[in-house]
Amino acid sequence: MSISESAREVRRLVVVGASLAGVQAVRAARRAGFAGEIILIGDEERLPYDRPPLSKGFLNDDRDVPYFHDAALYADELDATLLLGEGASALIPSEQAVLVGGERVHYDALVLATGATPRVLPEYASVPGVHTLRSVDDALAIREAIEAGREITILGAGFIGAEIASAARKRRGQVTIIEASMFPLERALGQQMGQSISKMHRRNGVDLRCGVTITEVNADANGLRGAILSDGTTLSTDLLLVSIGASPATSWLKDSGIAMNPDGGIVCDEFLETSIPGVFAAGDIAHWPNGAMGAPMRLEHWTSANEQGNVAGRNAVSATERSAYSTVPYFWSDWYGNRIQFAGRAGREQPEVVFGAVEDDRFVALYRSGDRLIGALAVNEPSKIMKDRRRIAIGASWIEALEHYRGLREGLRAAVVTK
Amino acid sequence: MKIEVDRAKCVGLGLCEAASPEYFEVQDDGKLLVLRETVGGSPDVLEVEEAVLSCPTTALRLVP
Repeated sequence: MSISESAREVRRLVVVGASLAGVQAVRAARRAGFAGEIILIGDEERLPYDRPPLSKGFLNDDRDVPYFHDAALYADELDATLLLGEGASALIPSEQAVLVGGERVHYDALVLATGATPRVLPEYASVPGVHTLRSVDDALAIREAIEAGREITILGAGFIGAEIASAARKRRGQVTIIEASMFPLERALGQQMGQSISKMHRRNGVDLRCGVTITEVNADANGLRGAILSDGTTLSTDLLLVSIGASPATSWLKDSGIAMNPDGGIVCDEFLETSIPGVFAAGDIAHWPNGAMGAPMRLEHWTSANEQGNVAGRNAVSATERSAYSTVPYFWSDWYGNRIQFAGRAGREQPEVVFGAVEDDRFVALYRSGDRLIGALAVNEPSKIMKDRRRIAIGASWIEALEHYRGLREGLRAAVVTK
Repeated sequence: MKIEVDRAKCVGLGLCEAASPEYFEVQDDGKLLVLRETVGGSPDVLEVEEAVLSCPTTALRLVP
C-alpha cells in the first residue's frame, strides 16, 4: 500500500458500464460497508440485465428480459444513482472525472466495466437483416427471425453462433454456419476437441461449412437476399448473424493515458487497479496477471466478470484491505440440449478423453502442460467439472488427474459387474 | 441459517460447488445436491454467502 492510496478518501464511487461487472461492483462496494455516493453509468436505456440468456432461452421460451434487479433495489437497497441511456465518452484523470453527454461526472474512485463490442463486417453492418448479438434489442430481432422460421446464416462457429443455431433449430429453422477456420473453437478448446464438438451441428441438422468466408452480401430494397461465399456458392438467407468475436469497448479511453494492451484490454495489477491510481477495471476489458494460471489474461466469461466486479468494487472503496483476484477460468455453453463446460485453458498439447466417449456426446477430456493438469472439458458430465477445476487450482499433476479418472472408471465397471 | 434452492431456477452450473464444496455438489444428472442444509458458524456462513452470490441464475438463498 502506498501513501497516496492510504490518503485517498473515497466519498464518491463512479462505475462506468451497467452490465454484470458494473452492477456487481456497486453491490460489492455496499456490502463492504461503503456509505458514500455511488453513480452507475450505462449506455443503454434499459435497467441492467444478464446476457447469457440472450443467446439461450430468451430466443425461445423464456421471453422476459433477464433484468438483474428492479429500479427500487438500486434506489433503496443500493442507494445508487443510475445514469442510463448515454455512455461515458472520455476519462479525464487530471480532473478525476468522466465525460457523459458533455458533462463531467467527478469520482474519487472509478470502476471501468464497459464490456466488449461485437466485431462486425464493416461494409454490411447497416444492411437490414445483418445482425450481431450483444443487447436485448439484438436478441429480439433474432428471435423474430427464428420464430418466422426463416433461413438463417451464422458467420462464426464460436459459442454464441452455436447457441443461436441451437435456438433456431428448436423452431426447425434452416440454419447454415460459415466458419473461416478449418478448426472451429481452436483457441478455446484446441483443434481436436473443437472439431469433435462441432460435429454436434451436423447431427442436429445444421449445415456447418468450415474454411470458407463470406465475400459478398446481397441486399435490395426489401432487405437481405443472400450471401456469396469464398468457394463460389451462393446462399439464400433472410438473416445473417455475425458472431466473429468481440473487442474490448475501450476506444473512449484512448486519450486518457491509461495503459492498454494491444488488443484494447486495460492493463491492471492483481488488485484490478489500472495504471491510473484509484481507477479499477472489471469484466471483458480487464487484462490482469492471473496468479491461478501463472499468466496475464483477459477473459470474456460470465464467471470472471461477476467475480472481478466484486473484487474491483470492494478494492475501489477500501484503500487498506485489498484482495488480489485470481481464477481458474470457467465457462459453459448449451448446444442442442447438451451442456458444455470448460475449466482452465487448452494449451498446446493433445488433450486426452478420460471418461465417456466423444461420439456419445458425453465425456470428459483433460488438457496438460508437461506434467501438470491445466484444463478440463466436460460434455454432459456436470458433476465432474468443478472437481477438475479444483484440481487445476491446486496445481494437480497430470498423473494424479489420470489416476482419479481411472478410479472412477474402475468403480463404474465394478458397479456394473455387481448388478 | 438455512440454504434454500429454487429448483425452477437452478441449472446445475456448479459455481456454488466451486465456492463451497462442503455444502453443494452437482450430481451426474445435473441436479444440485445440498450436502448440508443448515449453515452454522461465521466462516461457513461467509463461504455459503459467496456461493449464493456466485449463482448465475440466482437460484440460491440463505435464510435465517
